[in-house]
Amino acid sequence: MEFYRSQVLICGGTGCTSSGSMDILAALKSELATKGLDKEVEVIRTGCFGLCELGPIVIVYPEGAFYSKVTVEDIPELVEEHLLKGRILKRLVYHDAIEEDKIKSLNKVSFYEKQLRIALKNCGVIDPENIDEYLAFDGYKALEKAITAMTPQDVIDEIKKSGLRGRGGGGFPTGLKWQFAAKSQNDQKYIICNADEGDPGAFMDRSVLEGDPHVVLEAMAIGGYAIGADQGVIYVRAEYPIAVQRLEVAIKQAREYGLLGKNILGSGFNFDVEIRLGAGAFVCGEETALMQSVEGKRGMPTPKPPFPAVSGLWEKPTVINNVETYANIPQIINNGSEWFASIGTEKSKGTKVFALGGKITNTGLVEIPMGTTLREVIYDIGGGIPNGKKFKAVQTGGPSGGCITEENMDTPIEYDTLVAIGSMMGSGGMIVVDEDNCMVDVARFFLDFTRDESCGKCTPCRIGTKRLLEILIKITEGKGTLEDLDKLEKLALEIKASALCGLGQTAPNPVLSTLKYFRDEYIAHVVDKKCPAGVCKALMQYTIQDDVCKKCGICAKACPVGAISGKVKEQFVINQDKCVKCGECMAKCPFKAIVKK
Amino acid sequence: MKSIQELEAIRKKTIDNVNQRKDRTTTRIVVGMATCGIAAGARPVLLAIMDEISKQGLSDVSVVQTGCIGVCRLEPIVEVIKPGEEKVTYIKMDADKARRMVNEHVVGGKVVDEYVMHIIDGHIVNDYTVKND
Repeated sequence: MEFYRSQVLICGGTGCTSSGSMDILAALKSELATKGLDKEVEVIRTGCFGLCELGPIVIVYPEGAFYSKVTVEDIPELVEEHLLKGRILKRLVYHDAIEEDKIKSLNKVSFYEKQLRIALKNCGVIDPENIDEYLAFDGYKALEKAITAMTPQDVIDEIKKSGLRGRGGGGFPTGLKWQFAAKSQNDQKYIICNADEGDPGAFMDRSVLEGDPHVVLEAMAIGGYAIGADQGVIYVRAEYPIAVQRLEVAIKQAREYGLLGKNILGSGFNFDVEIRLGAGAFVCGEETALMQSVEGKRGMPTPKPPFPAVSGLWEKPTVINNVETYANIPQIINNGSEWFASIGTEKSKGTKVFALGGKITNTGLVEIPMGTTLREVIYDIGGGIPNGKKFKAVQTGGPSGGCITEENMDTPIEYDTLVAIGSMMGSGGMIVVDEDNCMVDVARFFLDFTRDESCGKCTPCRIGTKRLLEILIKITEGKGTLEDLDKLEKLALEIKASALCGLGQTAPNPVLSTLKYFRDEYIAHVVDKKCPAGVCKALMQYTIQDDVCKKCGICAKACPVGAISGKVKEQFVINQDKCVKCGECMAKCPFKAIVKK
Repeated sequence: MKSIQELEAIRKKTIDNVNQRKDRTTTRIVVGMATCGIAAGARPVLLAIMDEISKQGLSDVSVVQTGCIGVCRLEPIVEVIKPGEEKVTYIKMDADKARRMVNEHVVGGKVVDEYVMHIIDGHIVNDYTVKND
């Protein structure tokens, strides 16, 4: 490998290329050659930096000097000053770059500063396989406080007063759930942790289990003390091997320390936890189906009532909460309900973890106080849409939720406001969609998922989702009619009203919300037979522009199905009936004569 | 089985290990080892750091794994907290970069600026892919 003393990075993203970065690259290379620096300085073309409005962008390492809006005329001076004499060309350096570049810790970046970490407090800080590190951050202090200084009713009152609501999607008040189970008289009760996270794009439960498994164990023990249960079950998907392994380590350590098992901390309170692995069925995240699965039966929901708090696992009173809900409990006990209730909004207290995914710069996990607006989450924390594309919508709540558009971007995130605008909190997946995504196709994707995952017990869900999907596919293939749109809506509402469990009742939401906010896209598919985003293959055509085409015949050779015919130096045409729309011809054409429409 | 007093003693004893502030007495190197980190290649990074530390015979340095730090797109992430210094976050690490980091930063005391975040306007702009010409 050759050794270069300096690297010059030039942005080759779409934005910078259109503002002339490739001319700069060429100018730089020739300037370096004239000055005899081409063996010392490496010139590298990079992908988009995500700051297209400052382009063309040039970065020089090892100094990390960030030059913005560079022109070809600047190049000789840049080479002379910076690369030859080693002086940073201050005139071109972006004004904030020098100052801000001193930030070396992630905690000081806006991505972190707008967050408030309660459920994720220890994630990414402690070693999850070392109970001592969990203890060092006041671990198991809440359990200690609960069983030595509080009565079970005190614990329940504290949780009730905190205003904590279920983080798995339903948003039911946790304290109330515990109260119901505590009131049920029985010799045996159970505490279950629902870690069967199945929404496409959601991974906060996995991250809590992988990063801070003890918090879940501690919270379950507190719950067991509050309702009078001595056995806990964690139902976790087998697809999360690292989470399962770290949980096993955590349970073993907690038992060794006497924080699980018989006579915890000498108080006479017994509590132990076992792990049950789920086989990856989405419906098993539904609480009644989950308990069927734990009992060894096929995972299918049962009608409610009876609610689990009355008759749950093995027909015993059971509390079932989500991982993230549990992750809040120890801190509520430690810091008091007033502290927790002071965070968030009137009806939604505390924080919520979201998994940001899709067309967003900072893909990852964020925890924000309730009441933060979507705009803050997507632009300030998420860093906006990459490659200078335009925001179209954000899908929250996964296959059970809906999409939120630009007009509702300033809505504060709360359980009730999200429902009011046709989406839902769900478990916290947030998938950002930009102008390159087709909303009909997004709805089709989610329906394909729910159709697959429907357990088949009730007719509306089993057959209804299949019919919804068929109509959606018909539309994406350009065979839909306006009548189909009415059918979609009617069927969706009927499924919502008649399905047995949450899966079926919410499965039509993606259809309804895309129909509500993007009806024009549906109409474009149905009436104009066009996919505005250029996603639905059946609705696009590759054509050769005659005036650009040099009649070389490369496209005809590249076509894998022989759909392009013609003679060299005469004319080439694409046979639309044969074309499979693979795009190979467009990729191979050296003159960019083939267009996709 | 531990008593309440024993648990309290463990808390006191371990607090310096997990201390995130500069008033700590030992160096702590944390590698993000959740699913996202491991998928991005955190395991060789962790092994390289441990190997380099034992080669150099460094004491007073603890290397630990941790869960998801949050910015999955910048994994593998390594954070270094040295006594008397602010925490430094290294991103998109690999085994070679990790060895250099141990030599120059942990031993030499000089932060390897190329591997930390490059922030413009609050954006982290290290997220580019290099296409060498």
